[in-house]
Amino acid sequence: MGLVALKEVTKRFGEVEAVRDVTLEIEDREFLVLLGPSGCGKSTVLRLIAGLEHPTEGTIEIGDRVVNDVEPNERDVAMVFQSYALYPQMTARRNIEFPLKNQGVPKDERAQKVQEVAEALELTEVLDRRPAQMSGGQRQRVALARAIVRRPEAFLMDEPLSNLDAKLRTQTRTELIELQRRLATTVVYVTHDQVEGMTMGHRVAVMDRGVIQQVARPSEIYDHPANLFVAGFIGNPPMNTVTGSPCTRDGALVIETPSGDIPLTPAQQDAVRRSDASDVVAGLRPEHVLLAPDGPLRASVAVIEALGYENHVVCRLEDGQQVIVRLAAEKTVPREGENVHLRADPDRLHLFDAATGLGIS
Amino acid sequence: MSLAAPLEQLGPTPPADVPPGATRRPPRSRRHHQRMEVLLALGLLLPSLVIFGVFVFYPLLRQIYLSFFLTPPFPGEPRHYVGFSQIQQVLGSHDFLNSLWVTALFVLYTVPIGLILGLLLAVLAHQQLAGIRFFRTVFSSTVATSVAVASVIFFTLLNPQIGLFSYWFGRTGQLSVLDDPRWALLAVSAVTIWQNLGLSFIVMSAGLQAVPDDLLEASRVDGAGAWTRMRHVILPMLSPTLFFAIVVGTILSLEAFGQIDILTAGGPVQHTNVLVYAIYDQVFNQNDQGRAAVMTVALFVITLVFTLVQIRLLERRVTYER
Repeated sequence: MGLVALKEVTKRFGEVEAVRDVTLEIEDREFLVLLGPSGCGKSTVLRLIAGLEHPTEGTIEIGDRVVNDVEPNERDVAMVFQSYALYPQMTARRNIEFPLKNQGVPKDERAQKVQEVAEALELTEVLDRRPAQMSGGQRQRVALARAIVRRPEAFLMDEPLSNLDAKLRTQTRTELIELQRRLATTVVYVTHDQVEGMTMGHRVAVMDRGVIQQVARPSEIYDHPANLFVAGFIGNPPMNTVTGSPCTRDGALVIETPSGDIPLTPAQQDAVRRSDASDVVAGLRPEHVLLAPDGPLRASVAVIEALGYENHVVCRLEDGQQVIVRLAAEKTVPREGENVHLRADPDRLHLFDAATGLGIS
Repeated sequence: MSLAAPLEQLGPTPPADVPPGATRRPPRSRRHHQRMEVLLALGLLLPSLVIFGVFVFYPLLRQIYLSFFLTPPFPGEPRHYVGFSQIQQVLGSHDFLNSLWVTALFVLYTVPIGLILGLLLAVLAHQQLAGIRFFRTVFSSTVATSVAVASVIFFTLLNPQIGLFSYWFGRTGQLSVLDDPRWALLAVSAVTIWQNLGLSFIVMSAGLQAVPDDLLEASRVDGAGAWTRMRHVILPMLSPTLFFAIVVGTILSLEAFGQIDILTAGGPVQHTNVLVYAIYDQVFNQNDQGRAAVMTVALFVITLVFTLVQIRLLERRVTYER
């Protein structure tokens, strides 16, 4: 039994269906990331767990208790907002203390707990400052401290790093992971940043248009995306997609495209036959496409993107489809405009039904 | 050019690539430009300066001037300069002190209650409920009534023969509350509160809109009940609005005239004779411009001091920063 469980939860705002039929179990001490583009419903899921919204259908359980009609303050969850939502007229100390005060914790105990958390998050220096007198990073930590000080059953975090600058974001990301491991607590973390999703979560739930597309470990999401959306959303540069139709050549099934045939492994051939798909999308991670003189796909080099530590060779197939090849920095780079041949690593090929977008395996 | 040439030779030599005469032209045109800007500014200010001058500054100075003179009730007769004696006499008079006391009570009755009621309605109307727009319109509707209309409505409601309120309070056929020394000021205050409620509601609603939803949600998750949320989250965020409402409300109450003129005419026995009405009474009924001038200047000073004190006291407690 998971600590936080959503069962067939749907949330409608008038005509708009923000969240559709979401079923999700978050284990005790798990760091679960809700990942998706803006407007995909991930924040609504978080707010449903917090009790700031009530589900139109379905049930939400926290620790074996159905909490559909339980007010936020009685759910024993703490939330960190994107804006931090610090009370502007209160000092950091009073901000952190606020939830304890509401619980009726005695004064001495409050002071001690605030001190502990402040020390853990290196906030002792700023305890008597107001939010306006603190840096963005300090405010973020005060918001975190306010959540931690209660020792809640679960932390809900709504893009807590998105207001920090890039360097601080990377640093705080690591600190947050350490913190979660140290406190051994459950975290539900909402982000649109795939790097945060991949690095922070024990598991990642990818959402799009109010529907959960896939829930799995980050490596599983990367290596075995369930559908075209997940395949395209995770990875930078994104997965290349080449559309073609299944076709038999010399007794073997291949994906025929105007720029050449993509060969398949026997297992993939079986899968494609079983799926009965008329058009198939071949998904190729940029690092799994090779520039090879004997490769089956004919293309020309459009642009070279040199990043220093690696190069991205942006190729255009003869029929105009784009394929990006990731090359290690030390590999020889072709010239722009040069005609090349591409080969996909068949074992690393992902296949999707072009009509439904679902993976074929 | 021929005239300017000898003068130019006295100044610093221009750089080789600048044509002769070019160095002197920018300062002259800049000065000209500045003069034009000042003229433009004065031109733009002129209409409001004229209006303020005619309707505010001149009357104010005139009142100060008049308070040093005894003005006979009949036009055309000469005024007598009496120095401070008239001012002393008026400020020490029972009538003036009574008006001061009535005005203070009137402000005390109307401002805090009007503010609290407006806030209460604004909090109610801030809920996301079906049909709330209707109530928002109703709550703000008194803004669309004039003092005269409001007064006539309540005059009818409080009428001892046919008034609904008189019936409810079991006073039908008895003395009207407006003629009862115990109730007259309270009744006028109630009408004023009602009439100002729309404005108070709109101001408070605008203030509530400015409280970020995130803060309210954070406080809900942090376990704050309705009262704690009001006390520690909403009110601090609303303090600039409250500050504005207190200052403006006080000034409005100090200036109240129409409802008193229509409902009680300062009576019964001066129990609703606020300063503004007393001034009006001096000018138009007693024909004594001198006494009226003294009271007018006194009211001006009181309003000014009140406002300055409120700004000093309250601004310190206001949270402007986010």
